[in-house]
Amino acid sequence: MIRVVIPYHLRNLAGIGGGEVELEVEGPVTLRSLLDALEARYPMLRGTIRDHATQQRRAFLRFFACEQDFSHEAPDTPLPEEVASGREPFLIVGAIAGG
Amino acid sequence: MSRVRVLVGTRKGAFILTSDGTRERWEVDGPHFSGWEVYHLKGSPADPNRLYASQSSGWFGQIIQRSDDGGTSWEPPGGGPTTGPDGMPVGQSNRFAYDTSDRTGKPLTTHQWYDGTQHPWKFKRVWHLEPSLTDPDVVFAGVEDAALFRSDDGGLNWNELSGLRGHESGPLWQPGAGGMGAHTVLLDPSAPDRIFVAISAAGVFRTDDGGLTWAPKNRGLRSQYIPDPDADVGHCVHRIALHPSRPHVLFMQKHWDVMRSDDAGDSWHEVSGDLPSDFGFPIDVHAHEPETVYVVPLTSDAERYPPEGKLRVYRSRTGGGAWEPLTEGLPQSDCYVNILRDAMAVDRLDPCGVYFGTTGGQVYVSPDSGDRWRPIVRDLPAVLSVEVQTLP
Repeated sequence: MIRVVIPYHLRNLAGIGGGEVELEVEGPVTLRSLLDALEARYPMLRGTIRDHATQQRRAFLRFFACEQDFSHEAPDTPLPEEVASGREPFLIVGAIAGG
Repeated sequence: MSRVRVLVGTRKGAFILTSDGTRERWEVDGPHFSGWEVYHLKGSPADPNRLYASQSSGWFGQIIQRSDDGGTSWEPPGGGPTTGPDGMPVGQSNRFAYDTSDRTGKPLTTHQWYDGTQHPWKFKRVWHLEPSLTDPDVVFAGVEDAALFRSDDGGLNWNELSGLRGHESGPLWQPGAGGMGAHTVLLDPSAPDRIFVAISAAGVFRTDDGGLTWAPKNRGLRSQYIPDPDADVGHCVHRIALHPSRPHVLFMQKHWDVMRSDDAGDSWHEVSGDLPSDFGFPIDVHAHEPETVYVVPLTSDAERYPPEGKLRVYRSRTGGGAWEPLTEGLPQSDCYVNILRDAMAVDRLDPCGVYFGTTGGQVYVSPDSGDRWRPIVRDLPAVLSVEVQTLP
């Protein structure tokens, strides 16, 4: 079981209570497989974290795990064992921006 | 007794204002989609309980929301909490994918950028939603970067009407300061296959075949800020409007100049007349008097606030040319708000009600065609759009 923390507005959009989402991810746990699983479980989040067309991370979002920044890692980069095992959450964080 | 429902999009959510036909006492419902920009909400003329809303953010992109109960509850089409036979949720959120297929015969890959170079088309947000006049499940979306999309299934799936962007002038379109949005979509009630679209800063385009082919409709517009002031495209059109009983007559608030067409956009002539400034954003037509038109002049494109700090709607009862200031109930000192292009609307009651919202968060109503005004609310977030539904 993988734990994912997503921003307030996306929790509201997806109707998610509580602070974390728990996901089952089949195969190697990577950015791509984790986000694929998140979007499969919550289809309304498609396009909100990754651009629909390019699949690129939205500019004002960052990815963190185990105090490391994964925002600029390749999509198939394996995530840490602590994330894959659920001991540590994967964090999707909105940048401080806007008015 | 008839009722009115005013749909207000703001920088931080959507609000629904309701009143009976007197338009004296109002209920304010909201915010919906709190904290998100809501560029536009609009109800289906065929089913007033079917509403569409464009919700977006710099962080998370674009969401289309739909209500089937007049705005009480909302759901992203196909993205709600429904599950399939396998127990997993079904549906999808809203995908606005530009058409690059061979069908268009054009690459449709780039348009002009501010610096004159070519820039990839990139979807950013929906500026305007225009539901079909007859089918609640059909809705058009004018988007940034400028394109027109159509959904035939209530907002679940969107397909580009790529003939617009594929027009030979497409690579020459360039954004205005606020982006390159297809901000106005007008459906002609007398001709189901005729659609007008206005794009900032490209101009007006019209299709007569349901969106397959498009032609620029900018003859008569003059813009001193482009290399060829009489060019076919490149004019910064802020808003166009028509009266449903006479859809071949169009009115336009251009970046500078208020214009009129009597031949469905084939040609335009200026009707700015005695306005104190012919710069502004919204323009609308009285519900029962097709020659009565409303604009809100602003000092200049550099300053963008009401002249002398006095908020005045100007009304022409002669289809332009001669304009009268409407001031009763509007602030006549120290007012420096803006009224954006989609932030004015009229209801269908008699007398006609006129509404507009400001970047200061006020929504004003005049229940007597503009003679007297009063605020419905004063302290909303900056208002991006105002639409009105007249209900039985």
